[in-house]
Amino acid sequence: MTARIGVVTFPGTLDDQDAARAVALGGAEVVRLWHGDHDLKDVDAIILPGGFSYGDYLRCGAISAHAPLMANIVDAANGGMPVLGICNGFQILCESGLLPGALTRNESLHFICRDQVLKIENADTAWTNDFDNGDHIEVPLKNGEGRFIADSKTLEQLEADNQVVFRYVDVNPNGSLNDIAGISNARGNVVGLMPHPEHAVELLTGPTTDGLGLIRSVLASLTARSVA
Amino acid sequence: MVDKVTDAALEPDLEQPFAELGLKPDEYQEIKTILGRRPTSSELAMYSVMWSEHCSYKSSKVHLRQFGDKAPPSDALLVGIGENAGVVDIGQGWAVTFKVESHNHPSYVEPYQGAATGVGGIVRDIIAMGARPLAVMDPLRFGPADAPDTKRVLPGVVAGIGGYGNCLGLPNIGGEIVFDSTYLGNPLVNALCVGAMKHEDVHLASAKGVGNLVVLYGARTGGDGIGGVSVLASETFDADGPAKRPSVQVGDPFMEKLLIECTLDVLGAGLVEGIQDLGGAGISCATSELASNGDGGMHVNLDTVLLRDSTLSPEEILMSESQERMCAVVTPEHIDEFMSICQRWDVEAVVIGEVTEGGRLTVDWHGEQIVDVPPRSVAHDGPVYNRPLARPDWQDALQADVPDRLNRPKGGSALRDTLLQLVASPNLADKSLITDQYDRYVQGNTAMAQPDDSGVVRIDEESGLGVAISTDCNGRFTQLDPYRGAQLALAESYRNVCASGATPLAVTDCLNFGSPEDPAVMWQFSEAVTGLADGCLQLGIPVTGGNVSFYNQTGETAILPTPVVGVLGVMPDVAKRTSMGFTKEGDLIFVLGTTRDELAGSQWALVAHDHLGGMPPELDLETERRLGQILVEGSENAVLSAAHDLSDGGLGQSLVEMALRTNTGADLRLPADADPFVALFSESASRAVVVVDPSQQEAFTNLCGDFPVSLIGVVGDEPELRFDGLFSINLDELREAHTATLPALFG
Repeated sequence: MTARIGVVTFPGTLDDQDAARAVALGGAEVVRLWHGDHDLKDVDAIILPGGFSYGDYLRCGAISAHAPLMANIVDAANGGMPVLGICNGFQILCESGLLPGALTRNESLHFICRDQVLKIENADTAWTNDFDNGDHIEVPLKNGEGRFIADSKTLEQLEADNQVVFRYVDVNPNGSLNDIAGISNARGNVVGLMPHPEHAVELLTGPTTDGLGLIRSVLASLTARSVA
Repeated sequence: MVDKVTDAALEPDLEQPFAELGLKPDEYQEIKTILGRRPTSSELAMYSVMWSEHCSYKSSKVHLRQFGDKAPPSDALLVGIGENAGVVDIGQGWAVTFKVESHNHPSYVEPYQGAATGVGGIVRDIIAMGARPLAVMDPLRFGPADAPDTKRVLPGVVAGIGGYGNCLGLPNIGGEIVFDSTYLGNPLVNALCVGAMKHEDVHLASAKGVGNLVVLYGARTGGDGIGGVSVLASETFDADGPAKRPSVQVGDPFMEKLLIECTLDVLGAGLVEGIQDLGGAGISCATSELASNGDGGMHVNLDTVLLRDSTLSPEEILMSESQERMCAVVTPEHIDEFMSICQRWDVEAVVIGEVTEGGRLTVDWHGEQIVDVPPRSVAHDGPVYNRPLARPDWQDALQADVPDRLNRPKGGSALRDTLLQLVASPNLADKSLITDQYDRYVQGNTAMAQPDDSGVVRIDEESGLGVAISTDCNGRFTQLDPYRGAQLALAESYRNVCASGATPLAVTDCLNFGSPEDPAVMWQFSEAVTGLADGCLQLGIPVTGGNVSFYNQTGETAILPTPVVGVLGVMPDVAKRTSMGFTKEGDLIFVLGTTRDELAGSQWALVAHDHLGGMPPELDLETERRLGQILVEGSENAVLSAAHDLSDGGLGQSLVEMALRTNTGADLRLPADADPFVALFSESASRAVVVVDPSQQEAFTNLCGDFPVSLIGVVGDEPELRFDGLFSINLDELREAHTATLPALFG
């Protein structure tokens, strides 16, 4: 049976179409989810796409974290469902408490759009098991508030427990602590990252097709779960 | 006390502040003649904004008619000039709408908000046609790169475009950034948007069907931007500098994003009879244009308008240019469904009036009638001026000042230095410091973006159908000869689209000029419009819409005449697009076209000698068309591995860009009979560099036929540009020179 992957739209979500395309190209069934509902529509995994939900006029993701659907998503994530937050989605995951730390204004104070090389630091999560530790992938990065910060204790714990999933290579584009581009929760089912794997799914429109690896990963982890 | 229609009859001689609102005495008199009485203060407010230069095109109309009169026969045109934006058939049931507009004056007064709301305004024009916006582009002009005021204006404009456009989820795929001293007090901030829809989804701005409801939805109406079009955009700045801050609007891109989605949903559900965006002149414009295009009249109850500031007067409500608002005409049967879609998107909406019989536009406030006008007299029958025009007395001297006397570099070492100097000059330097602040990826359909020759977006994911767009204008050429300069802008844009592999279909233009009250400026305008209309006729692509921006003038100093031309082309499958970067070692590099000793108005003359004089390059549009055919066919048949147009900076600049794009060098041998300086830096028109795999050489030769072509080298194995017998430059040194300039100035 084809896995059902939900793509959530908040007011101001921009990359939902792109996330849906990535899911479809990765071979899964796309299920569109609406922020104001309390219905996960029996999905097997969830993607919170990028954008500027509620205009990011408050802290990025702060309002969306309180959307009705987020209560369902938090419950599902705590039950082990794979959840991926990209850019604004990562910010929402941090604001909702599913991931530690916070994303703040880029060190340069500018919005940055560039192709970015990332190193896979943990290939054991639900969204990275198709890769090997140490693999390099190249995907677009585009954000104004992507600088990952956390207190030193949290940072040490993230490093010690292998919760750093993606690290910037060559250039740290936004001043993130420890060059962190993406992290997971302790269980490895919830992953958030600032760069955009959903924009690296076709050579026509992206620098690589490396982003499809995240979809392949979650499909593999869902298969493994259903077998187990 | 509000001034009612009945008061106007009772107090016919009341003194009214028409001059402060930007109306001339004879225009005020004309309003009295139309109404048969003095206008009420609300009517005066409406006429003053709608009869402004910005909204009425009163100085340009007599010239712009040429775009219609000389329009080439085209099967592609579905909606022509006069609507919010033109619509072009691109095949497979798809239509595309695109338009470029100016937001120059507000961007000088308040760079961030001026530029941001420029993006917002053009995007609403596109959704008002029923299209989903696909991408934006921004042709920009600033004063000298090292001028203190440019450091104020440029970062604000760039942040505004990024801040608004990025938040809307529209990829920014191209545009221009040009520096010239004449733009110091008058920067140009033009914004282009392109959108797509199925043929059956085209919508127009008309209010038809008596009893149908007029809905205002989106942001609330506030006190921002009052008189923006009349007071701000329709007068020159005085030497005291910007002091018109309250006339600049403030943007909310989040609301605009909701407005886009909400509008597409109500259109998609078939709930809309007519639709109009609110931009310049706000409610005055939307209601009068909808009613004027309709088959009856309209009655509006102004008390129903949702306000941000409850103290606003009716005149202010009518004139407010608050952003992110739309006006739709909806049948009573559909109104509930319309409102529920608005609610789903958290967009406020309210019925403000209805379509009436009788052909009058009437407005009530607190139960009293404050407006009773024929809508056509407000929206479409404004004043028309045939302003005096005169060839400037300095034009002959300027054209006689040919660049022949300028000292030219001789020998490899001097040519090498000149190339490095040129690629580092602000106009030719790498612009990624700016373009990397714009999202070019969102929507996942960007097949090509800056710095390639044109932006390419996919429209149909199944077939790969897409469009390419480029905007261009060399204001230096237009200053030397406005007729030929405008045609050169058209030719360059046409060439850029062809170089990407797309077949040109249609044109939009943003005509930026000085004060129309100056006969010399009016002559430049008239010449440029005539040149453009003649050129479009010859190339067979119609102008589908655009915008005129006058009064880009501070005191006596007008800007270089800047008719920005945007050409749109279609590509059946964007996967066949051609990029500019050098490909693989051993591929052959050709120059298509004829290089002449044409340095007048060139970037070399500017950078090396700060010189502007002579006649711009010759242009034969038949040659341009033939070049375009070769580029498009060569791209479609995969004969060309890369292509890049030759324009600003000449061959030297293009070769550097092609090499740096893929970090790949080349071994070059300039034609033996050519002066190497002319070969490298001439800006002759109708030329391109192409790269051809040796296996395709025969096909390429057949493709070119008798079109002039010369082999100038091969793609190399080292990261170096080697000009045989002249000089070599390592790509690292070139990159350093090319990329360091803007970060040093604005980083």
